[in-house]
Amino acid sequence: MNMSSIQANPNQTVHLKQTPLAPGAHLTRTRGVLAFAGREFRDAVSSKWFLLYTVAFSVLAIAVSFVSLAGSGAQGFAGFGRTAAGLLNLIMLIVPLMALTAGAGSVAGERERGTLLYLLAQPISRTELLLGKYLGLAIALCCSLCVGFGLSAAVLAWRAGGVGIGSFLMLVLFTCVLALSMLSVGVLISVVSRRSGVATGLGLFSWLALVFLSDLGLMAGTVLFKLRVQEVFALAIINPLQAFKMGVVVNLNASLDVLGPVGMYASHTYGQALPWLLAGVIILWVLLPLFLAIVLFKRRKGI
Amino acid sequence: MIEATGVTKSFKRIRAVDDVSFTLDEGDSLALWGSNGAGKTTLIRCLLGVFPCKGQVKINGIDLRHKGKHARSLVGYVPQELAFHDDARLGASMLFFAHLRRADPSRAVESLEKVGLTGHERKRVRDLSGGMKQRLALAIALIADPPIVVLDEPTSNLDSSGRGEVVETLRNLRQSGKTIIFASHRPDEVVSLARRVLIMEQGRVVRDSTPAELWPDDAPVVTLRLHLSGNDEHAAATLLREAGHAVHLNKSGLLVSVERHRKAEPISVLASAAISVRDFEVLDDLPLGSRTPEEVVVSMHDSGALI
Repeated sequence: MNMSSIQANPNQTVHLKQTPLAPGAHLTRTRGVLAFAGREFRDAVSSKWFLLYTVAFSVLAIAVSFVSLAGSGAQGFAGFGRTAAGLLNLIMLIVPLMALTAGAGSVAGERERGTLLYLLAQPISRTELLLGKYLGLAIALCCSLCVGFGLSAAVLAWRAGGVGIGSFLMLVLFTCVLALSMLSVGVLISVVSRRSGVATGLGLFSWLALVFLSDLGLMAGTVLFKLRVQEVFALAIINPLQAFKMGVVVNLNASLDVLGPVGMYASHTYGQALPWLLAGVIILWVLLPLFLAIVLFKRRKGI
Repeated sequence: MIEATGVTKSFKRIRAVDDVSFTLDEGDSLALWGSNGAGKTTLIRCLLGVFPCKGQVKINGIDLRHKGKHARSLVGYVPQELAFHDDARLGASMLFFAHLRRADPSRAVESLEKVGLTGHERKRVRDLSGGMKQRLALAIALIADPPIVVLDEPTSNLDSSGRGEVVETLRNLRQSGKTIIFASHRPDEVVSLARRVLIMEQGRVVRDSTPAELWPDDAPVVTLRLHLSGNDEHAAATLLREAGHAVHLNKSGLLVSVERHRKAEPISVLASAAISVRDFEVLDDLPLGSRTPEEVVVSMHDSGALI
């Protein structure tokens, strides 16, 4: 059946064919962004890698929920809060990996397949293309995380009731923002990489650097250069994962003293402003790499 | 309609397009003619604003550099080879581009119908043949009914029947008043579709001509394959083009289309530049518009004439 026709009544077919918009008519920025976002979202959710990450995260989140419940000694006691704390390390490992690799493959993959040139020949700006891809991937990532968190929450609600659900929801929100920041870094890597293999490699290296090497570097730097506590704090929160970790600990109403002298310094110095400072750092990690990616993509002399 | 002034594009030290200027009126058709590496594809990408170039391109008075998106909305583009997501279904792809180009979804159906792809909407792009992919690219290019169609060697990956279909569709587009720019190295396509021919050599336009000037109707054309004594094929090709011959240089050698009664002329042109021709083959008479040098080569090879 022709898409343009509908059956108004049994005896009459009304053709709703619209006159095509005049070429060159004003094309809204939003339209192009949404078109790409929709396509990117569909591509992401049908990707095997994405499915694998979602399943892995969900299974591990459910496992952590059960372990947290068992560790509480009695079912129904503070399940959400304990699970949120238990999920912290899992999130810090898996979420950056998911987001960095998804972002790294976005533009570089199109470039390598030759599809980027074809898309750029359409009436769309580079900014719209990049923002559309980012938005589509961001929605797909957040949906994937919500599936994992949702299953975990279902287990907890079933076994432990709703105690501490506020902290858990804040964890979900923080995690989504962390995912967006890592996605921005991934997209930036993708924009500057000619091949998707190189982009993925750089994404994995960034993941390794943020998750493991920065901690080691900070420790070594502290010892070697005899850094003061405020300097260590400033260097620590430059890493969005550290900012995320501190933010989650604060959110769980736990004392930052568990993080040692740096945590004590942070809570005493910044007090109530600390969560906003930490959230601000992560949001900066969302905006700055994305902005840089747009600038570099627009200034590229080739594809 | 299209006004290109001093268009130049360099990749590091190589000037892929060098100071190209031309204007093209509404409803006109222009062929970019030249061998591989002459700069045809790069010029097309500059005209689309895919990457930044020096000089100025105006489409319907819209400066591509400042309002690239708006200018591109007037142009439908058919690449040499459709690069699209292999997993995407044909119908979904059409709807995506309809959405992107602000075309009514019904145009997707009409466009597919126009290129003979109706009924294939559920197929994935990877399951389409080369010819069908090319027709899909054409359908996408026409989805918003743009006044200008730009094609980069649109039939290079097609067999002769697919080629005929695409040329026929383009001829109809030309008759319907579309402005067409296409790159080609096939004389039959150029004669069928173009009113003007820009002959390109090493990024520059070396001649602005017409198909009738290049391949006069009343003269049967002979294709010569020249065997040179040295490795001066590129220089020889340049010289021959400058002398007004249609030249095609590829792996099979240096092919020159020349009027039957002027067979010695290419050899004397080369001799005057101290490029000696060791041997030459007369591949076939080429009645204008029926067969291209490549087809002559293929047919003679198949018949054993070249063995």
